[in-house]
Amino acid sequence: MIVNRKELNLWERLYLPAVIGGFKVTVKHFFQKKVTMQYPEEKWSVPQGYRGAPYLVKDQESRTKCVSCQLCEFVCPPKAIRITPPGPELNPETGNVEKRPKEFEIDMLRCIFCGFCQEVCPEEAIFLMKDYALTGESRKEMVYKKEKLLALGGVHHDRIMKWKRKETEAEKQEAFPVAKE
Amino acid sequence: MHLFDQLSPHQQFLLISFVKVACVFGFTMTMFAYAVMAERRISAFIQNRVGPNRVGPLGLLQPMADGIKSFLKEDFTPDHVRKCYFWLAPAVTFIPAYLSLAVIPFGSRLGAEKMVIADLNVGVLYTFGIVSLGVYGIVLAGYASNSKYPFLGGIRASAQMISYEIAMGMSVVPLFMLVGSLNLSDVIAYQANGAWLVFKQPLAFLIFLIAAFAETNRLPFDLAESETELVGGYNTEYSSMKFALFFMGEYANMIASSAMMVTLFFGGWTLPVFGLDQPASTLLGGLLHIGIFVGKICVMLGLFIWVRWMLPRFRYDQLMDLGWRRFIPVALLNIFVTAIAIWVTR
Repeated sequence: MIVNRKELNLWERLYLPAVIGGFKVTVKHFFQKKVTMQYPEEKWSVPQGYRGAPYLVKDQESRTKCVSCQLCEFVCPPKAIRITPPGPELNPETGNVEKRPKEFEIDMLRCIFCGFCQEVCPEEAIFLMKDYALTGESRKEMVYKKEKLLALGGVHHDRIMKWKRKETEAEKQEAFPVAKE
Repeated sequence: MHLFDQLSPHQQFLLISFVKVACVFGFTMTMFAYAVMAERRISAFIQNRVGPNRVGPLGLLQPMADGIKSFLKEDFTPDHVRKCYFWLAPAVTFIPAYLSLAVIPFGSRLGAEKMVIADLNVGVLYTFGIVSLGVYGIVLAGYASNSKYPFLGGIRASAQMISYEIAMGMSVVPLFMLVGSLNLSDVIAYQANGAWLVFKQPLAFLIFLIAAFAETNRLPFDLAESETELVGGYNTEYSSMKFALFFMGEYANMIASSAMMVTLFFGGWTLPVFGLDQPASTLLGGLLHIGIFVGKICVMLGLFIWVRWMLPRFRYDQLMDLGWRRFIPVALLNIFVTAIAIWVTR
């Protein structure tokens, strides 16, 4: 492959056109708009479908949707989720929703924000929200417990309301005694 | 004042010189700190980004953060270095850089005192001698570090700095032929009575400017510490305070070169307007002269910083070619032409 090396004339050999070209470029860039974002004051807006930190949700009647099926614990690749299901005794406050978890911990330092837990959950109880800047002062503080996850998760409007519908149907059929809330 | 008058003139001179030295040292340190800050900001603006702007308003307290970091960082001496030269090299770089500031007139006079630390009759010769000492620091650093990148950096630096000293020295000879004296205050007086020397000797200014870039190891001649080729060059193995001393030496060299250029070519502390070209008679006039000088140094420092981001680095053979085969003949030609011009117009 032949590279054409042009003969430079005297003006070019003094390097002056190169220097003047350099002046023009740097001055132009000096006054251009800067691409830096001043972080804590300006934040970028996350795109749709962004996988932030996973949190638990309640439905519009403030019921915890999670039923401790432990599918998310099973599928989580770094094993960041730990669930303690409740014992066999009936919990009077949960009504007919079985097995609300006794304890639900996500270790945010292990979580890789893959979204498998959200994908596998049959109750639509865990969602990856838009939160990306998680900070804490100790490793213990970064293991989020059930109350914190529920508080950060907020409310998810449930169009199906499976358990409430089951309750009303069961009442209509009068097949099983239903524990009143 | 009464205590002051009781001392003998010799002791008075010592005391005043001491105060002047302390002032110049403090001024240069502050200038160094803010030159680093200005470099980071200006280079950031040229690259379409913002520099450090978090510490203090507009980032103006950043040098304080840098200073604290320098002191608190671990000062590590690797096992394979030659310890004596390793410890000596930063000092040998730092000291000549500050020594060369001793003959530069910062202003005309404050009260009865001239604003030069040492009003030598061989001012410029002293400066060039001290600048030659500056080579040793880098060479020692390269040699003592006992590792390949600093070694290459030291070799390149020694060859480069020696070559451009000759061009620098020869390029200012016509100036002193015109002025008739090597004393820097006389050079300023000559420029105050006529035009600035940059208009009478533009070629000398150009050669001196480029040689100054080469002497201070700044782009486009920074082969000694080229960050893209040699990691850190001669200061690779240094950390914390020793690195800070190298850094201070480099920027002090820049400040001293800027000050020399301003004194020799741009009229020093004079301005051709408002009668500011005579030595000051009032305190305010004296301070104004110092302010003018500092302003001109800042402009020259800005030029140093700007050119760094403007031009690509010279290749080693191109650099040596420029220094020996182009600048020395041109400088000699300049001397001949000036001599003939002086002889003809006598």
